[in-house]
Amino acid sequence: MHPLLQRIQQTFSVGVTGLAEWRGDVAVTVSRDKLREVAQFLRNDPGMDFDYIVHVSSVDWPDDEERFEVVWEFYSIRKRHRIRLKTRVPESDCVVDSLTDLWKGADFMEREVFDMMGIRFRNHPDLRRILMPDDYTEGYPLRKDFPLRGKGWRDTFDFLDEVPR
Amino acid sequence: MAFEDQRTTVYKIVNPEHPESETLPTLRTEELLLNMGPQHPSTHGVLKVILELEGERLVKSTPVMGYLHRGVEKLAEDGTYHQFIPHTDRLDYVCAMYNNFAYCRAVEKLLNLQVPERAEYLRTLVAEVQRIIGHQFWLSAQALDIGAMTVFFYCFRDREILLDWFDELCGARLTTSWYRIGGVERDLTPSLIDKLKQFLDYFPPKIDEYQVFLERNRIWLGRTKGVAVISAEDAVSFGLSGPVLRGSGVDYDLRKYEPYSAYPKCEFSVPVGKNGDTYDRYWIRVMELYESVKIIRQCLEQMQEGPIMADVPSVTLPPKERVFTNLEAMIQQFKLFSQGFDAPPGEIYCGTEAHKGELGFYIVSTGGGKPYRLKIRAPSFVHMGAFDHMARGYMISDACTIFGTYDVVMGECDR
Repeated sequence: MHPLLQRIQQTFSVGVTGLAEWRGDVAVTVSRDKLREVAQFLRNDPGMDFDYIVHVSSVDWPDDEERFEVVWEFYSIRKRHRIRLKTRVPESDCVVDSLTDLWKGADFMEREVFDMMGIRFRNHPDLRRILMPDDYTEGYPLRKDFPLRGKGWRDTFDFLDEVPR
Repeated sequence: MAFEDQRTTVYKIVNPEHPESETLPTLRTEELLLNMGPQHPSTHGVLKVILELEGERLVKSTPVMGYLHRGVEKLAEDGTYHQFIPHTDRLDYVCAMYNNFAYCRAVEKLLNLQVPERAEYLRTLVAEVQRIIGHQFWLSAQALDIGAMTVFFYCFRDREILLDWFDELCGARLTTSWYRIGGVERDLTPSLIDKLKQFLDYFPPKIDEYQVFLERNRIWLGRTKGVAVISAEDAVSFGLSGPVLRGSGVDYDLRKYEPYSAYPKCEFSVPVGKNGDTYDRYWIRVMELYESVKIIRQCLEQMQEGPIMADVPSVTLPPKERVFTNLEAMIQQFKLFSQGFDAPPGEIYCGTEAHKGELGFYIVSTGGGKPYRLKIRAPSFVHMGAFDHMARGYMISDACTIFGTYDVVMGECDR
């Protein structure tokens, strides 16, 4: 097992629900209530030292009980290693802790996740839509149930049906 | 109006040496909200920033983005892996080659696909040509924003040579789509190699020329030195990358520290700044022009004959000549584009050092021919996150300098 994963497994006996290493990428899945604790550990522990935020992303799994997966990716400038931190949230309670106070860059990235997938971030300083207009009410575009052609006033267009095969 | 009340401050100017000044009328000052963009020429596309001003000083700035949002990540979920390559051209439309490169690398990491050596050299070479174009474009735009117009014409004159070179290479000047999953679309011809060698001899003196225009220009120095300073710690915390991060003295270049393609076989140095101001970022980019020339020369020297596409028929496209002459090859090409290949389930992140910064692709696959989720980590978007922090306290005219110093392209920022 990768030394980073070993270290995390030793430190957190509960809350870590998955450790994975694939194609050289190291990923940790944590339960939602432990997210902040693990993130603080990754940021502040001298052996981890993840000071650089790479991206925040989200994946929609409509068939799962906990529908959304929020993904953070970190890098350490001094130690030169990477890690991916993941957590799951159910659709009924789409809230996860914001990590903006640990990594400043998380601000815009988390706003994008909110805009595209509708996941709210607790204690985020300015949680507004970022790419879609502020008054956009047609939902969250990257959810799997959002049609590719769009929603709302576009539904009134005369789309040509696909040619039956 | 309550809104106005909050923002209006009344200062009474009283000079203790002149008590009669108390009888003078009071001076009313208030914070001014100014919309900059979306049609401002120096916002590099369609970016709007709401500036809160106190006099001419920026108190707070709020970027408003999304004017160029086309839902590329959503489109990716609907097409096969091969079909997405032309979409990547339209991300950072100034430097399409690097987007193709970053995307193809990510898919190759997902598939665990080895690219033949000649293809790796070709990829590195063309990526560095693209880096030169990108930096020339940046330099001309930044100088133009600040008011130095001459450099713009000189940079565009030389950029044109390389764009014509791209035209001969792949038939397009900007939207190139030359990279393929597992290799590249076509090889260099002798004429292309000759032209590139001529350019390599021609270009380094021209870089000196650009510097002559700017480094003794008092206006340029005044408007870049000490402007938009960001500390190393903040730059890292914001996730800045590329020359913007290296300008603050952080040595972070994926070409060196997570080497890929033919970069480990080439000798080059990574310039790192000290002060974290606009001038250092300018200096880094100009130095990178020299380094790119060095890398291209080494690639041309070291390159050996060989295949330019990995031989994995289930994934990679057959050569174009065979597609037009051989039925099986045509069927293979057709099936690869319409149905795609079967990617293994899993998720990867792959970052590439584009000239703007770290351009990364996060791909989640559940098997099958289409990506389940594809996230683009665009450097321009991340850089805009630090805009408010970097602009605070500077003059309103410095706002243009700060857009410029990020090298922001809205196609990539809004995706």
